[in-house]
Amino acid sequence: MTNVWTVATNTFREAVRDRVLYNLVFFALLMMGAAILVGQISIGIEQSVIVSLGLTAISVIGIFISVFIGVGLVSKEMDKRTLYALLAKPVQRWQFLLGKFAGLVMTLTVNTAAMAVGLYAVLWTVKHPLARSDWYLLVAVYLILLKLALIVALAMLFSCFTTPFLAILFTVGVYLAGIYAEELRTMQAVDLNPATMRVLQGVSYLLPNFENFNVMGAVAHGRGVPGTLVWQDTWYAMLYAAIVLTGAAMVFSRRNLK
Amino acid sequence: MPNPAIEVENLTKDYPHGFLNLKMRRSLENLTMQVESGEVFGFLGPNGAGKSTTIKLLMRLIFPTSGTARILGKSIEDVSMHRDIGYLPEQPYFYDYLTAAELLHYFARFHKLTAADRHERVQKMLKKVGLESAKKIQLRKYSKGMLQRVGLAQAVLHDPQVVVLDEPMSGLDPLGRREVRDIILELKKEGRTVLFSTHILSDAEMLCDRVGVIVGGRLRGVGTPDEMVGIQTQGMEILFEPDGTGKSFPLLARATKTGERYRVQLPEAELYAALDELKAAGARILSVAQLKPTLEEFFMNLVDADRAQANAVEVSGK
Repeated sequence: MTNVWTVATNTFREAVRDRVLYNLVFFALLMMGAAILVGQISIGIEQSVIVSLGLTAISVIGIFISVFIGVGLVSKEMDKRTLYALLAKPVQRWQFLLGKFAGLVMTLTVNTAAMAVGLYAVLWTVKHPLARSDWYLLVAVYLILLKLALIVALAMLFSCFTTPFLAILFTVGVYLAGIYAEELRTMQAVDLNPATMRVLQGVSYLLPNFENFNVMGAVAHGRGVPGTLVWQDTWYAMLYAAIVLTGAAMVFSRRNLK
Repeated sequence: MPNPAIEVENLTKDYPHGFLNLKMRRSLENLTMQVESGEVFGFLGPNGAGKSTTIKLLMRLIFPTSGTARILGKSIEDVSMHRDIGYLPEQPYFYDYLTAAELLHYFARFHKLTAADRHERVQKMLKKVGLESAKKIQLRKYSKGMLQRVGLAQAVLHDPQVVVLDEPMSGLDPLGRREVRDIILELKKEGRTVLFSTHILSDAEMLCDRVGVIVGGRLRGVGTPDEMVGIQTQGMEILFEPDGTGKSFPLLARATKTGERYRVQLPEAELYAALDELKAAGARILSVAQLKPTLEEFFMNLVDADRAQANAVEVSGK
């Protein structure tokens, strides 16, 4: 695991030095603007507006980083040929892949944590002291992080066998389809023949169900998140990411470099 | 007799190309060769001959269509063999957000060196390649020559027994080339096996115990540089200065003047007669050298022979 850790810490260092974390400035400005606006236009619902806006921003910024940097994790190394010297060391290809994944998840964790702190700070300015229910926000942030890890895994899988542009399209496509996976399973009312319905339902079970990780509505209104859901989502994300990364490793382990 | 450091058996590599990658283009064909322990082996060939393909196969960056290879007795499929191998890629490019010292520390970690060992080796290597004063500068600010030196440092950082260098002199100025040559000679002196690819014949002649010549994906011969090139001597060249009296003699009429010096090319059989004539005329002989084909001529001969053979096969097929 030392090799994985070495690659992961270097990936984190790359993200920091390539100024990936600069997005936090954008987030800070957005939240400051929101705090000023909310104070003027919303009476009594400041908290839910700020929480909804903050969690959405954390999610959207995270998705951008996960997709664009996730796809580049492997493809950039192949294009720039920085991988050559590394793979000529006693390093397995799957260790490289897992290290890159862990490095970006580490970056996303720091990024998401910093944004969560910013969100709490803004929340505190419009309402203090904070209530016990405000700590549910952390659960929502944790579930967003799980979702982002899953997106990184998908981006890496696609980048292992296709061009960066197509990998971005595939990742975004699977993400959007994954949001509607639940609907696909339950759309009984639609007038489709049974065979097509069965295929669609089969596909819906294969797609990652990203709606599982969305608890923004509940948290914004101060409602709690069941512990079982958190555990289920944790296992679901870990298992799904493990399967996707295994697939990526299988493809990458036999890939000829240019 | 010690085991060969590198053994290659019938290594073949086909690349898919064309619409839907349905066609195959052969880049390397049944390569069989050995590099002995402790020798400097030069892999010669024009661009696109298959040198880099062979090296990438040995480094498991690409996978063979057929055939096998072993380094230090271990199959190239075995990742652990890389503990004893150093590799410099062609036109190396490293993480440009790192400094040279950070990059070397990063690579050293994969060799499981202790922190103290790592620190010592990194310092030693930076000194060896003359980058001590630039160790804290990010690689994005390095020149091509400096990157090549970082590449060499990372290749020998872990004290490998076998060092594989892909076009190590490519793109370097004369000073840079000399530094790389010195490093290769030092590696040889330390008893390491060095395999390097080049299309610069003079480098190979100066450094190699043996060379392998590859053209069109096929190995055309293996031997000492003299065996490979010297046997094709095209004649002799004498560089001389006349005695200054303005006296004429037959060889002077045949020579080409450059400044105060004269250069004459003649068949090997006429060498001693020419030297006698120069001696009798009181000329100062500055140098006598074998005329060898240039690399271009050397490879063009092989390529032409290749084409002629292919045509002959085609004609006889008709």
